[in-house]
Amino acid sequence: MTIDTATAAQRTVERPAPAVEVQAPDYTHVGHRLPRHDARDKVFGQTKYADDHHMEGMLHAKVLRSAHAAARLVSIDTSAAERMPGVHAVLTARDVPCNETTSKFGQTHTAGGFEGLYRVLADKKVRYLGEAVALVAAETLEQAERAAQAVDVRYEPLPGVFDPREAMKPGAYRVGEEDTNVVCTYRIHKGDVEAAFAAADVVVEHSYHVPFGDHVYLEPESGIAWVDEDGVITIRVSTQVIEHFRDVADIMKLPHNKVRVIAPMLGGGFGGKEDITVEAYLALLAYRTRRPVSLTYTREESLLAHSKRHPYYMTYRTGAKADGTLVAVEAELVSDAGGYAFLSPWVLLYSTVCATGPYVVPNVKVDAHTVLTNNTFTSAYRGFGAPQVCFAYEAQMDALAARLGLSPLEIRERNFMHTGDETATGHVMQTAVWTDETARQAFAALGEPTPPRSSRERVGRGLASGMQSYGRLIYMHDTSRSFVGFELDGSLVVRCGVQDLGGGQASSLATIAAEVLGVPLEDVTVYFGDTALTPLAGTTTATRQLYMSGNATLKAARAVRDNLAAMAGEMLGVSPERLELKDRAFHVLAVDDADESPGPEPLSLDRVIKACASAGVPLGDLAQFNAPAREVGDMQNVRGQIFPDFTFGTHAAEVAVDVDTGQVQVLKFVASFDVGQAINCLSAEGQLEGGSVCGLGYALLEDLRIERGKTVTPALDTYLVPTALDTPDVQAVIIQSRGGVGPFGAKGIGEPSSTSGAPAIANAVADAIGTRITELPLSPERVLRALKQKDARDERASGRDGAPPPTA
Amino acid sequence: MERYEVRIRLNGAWVTTEATAADTLLEVLRDRLGAHEVKNGCGQGDCGACTVLLDGKAVNSCLTLAVQADGREVTTIKGLGTPDHPHPLQESFVEHGAIQCGFCTPGMVLAAKALLDENPTPSRDEIREGISGNLCRCTGYTKIVDAIEDVATRRRHVEG
Repeated sequence: MTIDTATAAQRTVERPAPAVEVQAPDYTHVGHRLPRHDARDKVFGQTKYADDHHMEGMLHAKVLRSAHAAARLVSIDTSAAERMPGVHAVLTARDVPCNETTSKFGQTHTAGGFEGLYRVLADKKVRYLGEAVALVAAETLEQAERAAQAVDVRYEPLPGVFDPREAMKPGAYRVGEEDTNVVCTYRIHKGDVEAAFAAADVVVEHSYHVPFGDHVYLEPESGIAWVDEDGVITIRVSTQVIEHFRDVADIMKLPHNKVRVIAPMLGGGFGGKEDITVEAYLALLAYRTRRPVSLTYTREESLLAHSKRHPYYMTYRTGAKADGTLVAVEAELVSDAGGYAFLSPWVLLYSTVCATGPYVVPNVKVDAHTVLTNNTFTSAYRGFGAPQVCFAYEAQMDALAARLGLSPLEIRERNFMHTGDETATGHVMQTAVWTDETARQAFAALGEPTPPRSSRERVGRGLASGMQSYGRLIYMHDTSRSFVGFELDGSLVVRCGVQDLGGGQASSLATIAAEVLGVPLEDVTVYFGDTALTPLAGTTTATRQLYMSGNATLKAARAVRDNLAAMAGEMLGVSPERLELKDRAFHVLAVDDADESPGPEPLSLDRVIKACASAGVPLGDLAQFNAPAREVGDMQNVRGQIFPDFTFGTHAAEVAVDVDTGQVQVLKFVASFDVGQAINCLSAEGQLEGGSVCGLGYALLEDLRIERGKTVTPALDTYLVPTALDTPDVQAVIIQSRGGVGPFGAKGIGEPSSTSGAPAIANAVADAIGTRITELPLSPERVLRALKQKDARDERASGRDGAPPPTA
Repeated sequence: MERYEVRIRLNGAWVTTEATAADTLLEVLRDRLGAHEVKNGCGQGDCGACTVLLDGKAVNSCLTLAVQADGREVTTIKGLGTPDHPHPLQESFVEHGAIQCGFCTPGMVLAAKALLDENPTPSRDEIREGISGNLCRCTGYTKIVDAIEDVATRRRHVEG
C-alpha cells in the first residue's frame, strides 16, 4: 500500500464546518483532513477481502447447525453424508482434538474469572438454536450443503429457559453443566445509598429494557485455511483478533507456532469478529483434508448463529437535591448471556463501571448479573456494555430535570465529572474530562428549533452524554508491538499486527510514523495483520489500537529518529537536540530567537540513512507499549482504576414525531466529542458520524427478536438497520483537549462515538411526545402505545394538580 | 441441471461462460468470471453490496439470474474507472472520506453513478433516496452524500 493524498488533502467540504478549529498547526500530518490510503484500493475494487482469496484445489465448507435451542444430542450419524459425491470430510465433536478450551480471547494475560468455555462443536447437550453440530468439506458448496443436510442428528428436546430473570431463579432449567445459570455478579458499593435517598429532595425510579442487536457488518464471517509447505495451518480470515491463533492451536493440540492467522482488510467488525468465527472449523477441515478450505456464512447464518449485543433489564433509582445535585444512584442490571458466556463477564464489567455515567455521584450501589439462557449467545458489540447503561442513566437525568424544572443541559452541567473527580469505583480522573464542553457545543450546534411541518407533528430535542473506556481492562496487562524502519532507498515501513476493520487502524500508524520521521505519507507502507510477519499488536477491539499500537509506533519511530539524529548531529557538528527532522531533511534550529546567523544547510535524510547503514546504526526499531496493569480486584466491590482512560462526549438530537403514525424522524443529529487529538480529522469525523448512525439504529430500528430461542428476524428485511433515508446529516463536532493517553494526547473514539446516540434520540422523543418510553427501539407501535397511555393518564388527572411523573 | 451459454459484455469486453437457470449473476460474476470486486453481503437483495450496472441500470446481481444478462452489458466498479483513469465519483468518494471498510463501496458508487445518469442535479434528499437500497454500516452516509453531491455540483459548474 502506498499513500497518495497530496491533492485531495487540500480540498474542503462544503458542509457546516466543525464548530472548533480542528487543524493542529504544529503538525505536518497529524490532525489534518487526509483521505485514507486504503480508500483508493477500495474504490477501484482492488482490495481482497477474506472471501476474495481463491486457491487451487479449494474445498467449500458448510456448518450443520442445531435445529433446537435446548436439547440432548442423542446421536449423530455421518455415514450417509460421508458417502455423498464430492465430500471430503464430515466432522463432529469427537473429531476435534480438544473440543473444549478455555478461551482467553486473544492475547496476553490470563485474568481470573474472565475466561469462558469455548466448545468447538456441540456435544451431549445443545445450548442454543444454530449451535454448530457438524462440519462438512466438499468440492462444491452445493455438495457441502447437501451433505450437511444428510447428517442424521437425533435430538431429545429439553425445556430450556429464555429470559435471564427466569434463568436466575432457583430451580430454573440449567443451560449448561454448572449448578447455576448466573455466569457472574459484579457489585459496586460506594457510600451509603439508603441514607442518601432518605435525605434526597427528589428520587426517580424506572425500569428499562434494551433488545438483542446484530452487528450487520456488510461482510459476513468468512475465511480460508490451508496447511502450508512447512506444516503450518494458515488461516486468512475476517477477524478482529489474529491472536486467536493460540486458541486454534490449543484446539488442534498443536504448538502455538504451528498456526498462522492473517487478517486482510475487513468489511466491518463492530465486535462481532472479536470471538472466534470460522477459524477453528477451517483449521479442522484443512488439517483433515490437506486441501485449502473456504467458509463464508450466509447472512441468515450470521444473524442466527453468531454473537449478538446483550439485551439488558435495568432498574435505576436516582436521587438528587432540589438544585439538581446528584446524591445517589442505585442500579440493578441483568444481561442475557445466551447459550455460552463468551465475553459476557467483561461486557458486564464495562456496564458496572460506567453505570452512573460521566457524573459525580457520592453514593453508588450497583448489582450486575449476566445469566445464561437458551438464546443465541451474546458478546462484544460496539460499546461493549456502555450503551445499555447510557440509555438508562441518561433517561434518569432527564426524568430528574423534568421533576426539578431544570433543562437537560442544566442538570448535566451541575453534575459532570471533571479532572480530579472520582468515578463510581473511586478512581480519581487524572486525564482530560471535557464532557461539559462537549455538551454545551452539542446543544449549541442544534441551532434554531425546527417548526412542526403539520398539526400531526411534534418536534422535540434531546441530549445525552456518555463515558466509555478506550484500551482494555487493565486486568488484561495489555501490550502492543510495532516495528518502524527505513529501507535503504529512504522509503519507510511500519510492521504492526493490527487488524484493520475499516476504521483506519493501519492508516493512522502511517500518519504517526510519517509525522515523527519527517517524510510524506506516500513514502510509508504499512504491513499489518499477520501473526507470522508482523509484531503482535493485540486485538482491534476495546477502542484500543490507536492508543496501544499508536503509542508503540510512536515509540519505535522516535527511537529511529534518535538514531538518525545522533548521526546527523555528528555529520553537522551540532548537538542532536538542535535538529528538526522535517521534509526529508535535518534542519538546524537557531540556538535562541536572537540568533539570526544563517545556520548550516539542511542535511538530507537520505544521506543520513546511508551513513547509518554504513556505520551499522540501526535504521529500524521494534517497540513495545504496555498499558497500565493491575491484578483482578474484589468483584463484589469493584474499586479503583479499571481502564487506562475514558472518552467523554455528547450527542444532541432533534426529532419529529408523527402522532398519527408513531413514526420518528431524526431531523438533526450532533456528535460532539473530546477526541484528545485527532490523528486524521476526516477519519475522526467519519467515526463520529458512523457511530452516531449506529446509535440511531439502536434507538429506532434494530430489534433482533428471539422467541423461545428462535430468531424470528433472520434477514435484513426483518432486522432493519438504517438506510440513507433513515438518517439525517450528522454534524461532527471535534473537540481536542490533547489530554488523552494515546499518541499526541489522543483519545479513542471508535466505540464512544456510538454510546450516547440512542439515549439522545430517546430523550428527544420523550421531549416531543411528553412521555417516556423505557424500551428500545422506539418503534411506531411503542410510540403510539405511549401516546395512548399518556392520553389516558392526562384524562384521569384532568382537574387534578401535580400529575405523577410520566412513565410508559 | 442443464447449463446455458451466457455471453456478457463485462466492463467492455465480451466474455462467454456457462450458467444454470438458477445461477445468479452474482454467483457467475464472482465464481466463474473472477469479478471479486462484486461483493456478496446478503444474497437476498436487501443490502445492495452486489450492485452492478446492467445496461447502465443499477441492479442487485444477487437477484438477477445470470441468463438474464445474456447479450447485455455488465459494469462493475472496475469498469467504471481505474487508478489511471478514475471516474469522478471514485475520486470524490476518496477525497470526502466516504469509504471506511469499503465493502459497500463498489455497489454504492455504482448506485450513485446510475442515479446521476438519471438525475444529474439531485438534491441531498434525492441522493439519499437514490442510494437507499445500499446499506453502509461504517460511515453513517453523510460523507457518501457529500461525495455524490460534490460530483453533481462540479459537473453543474463545468456544464453551466
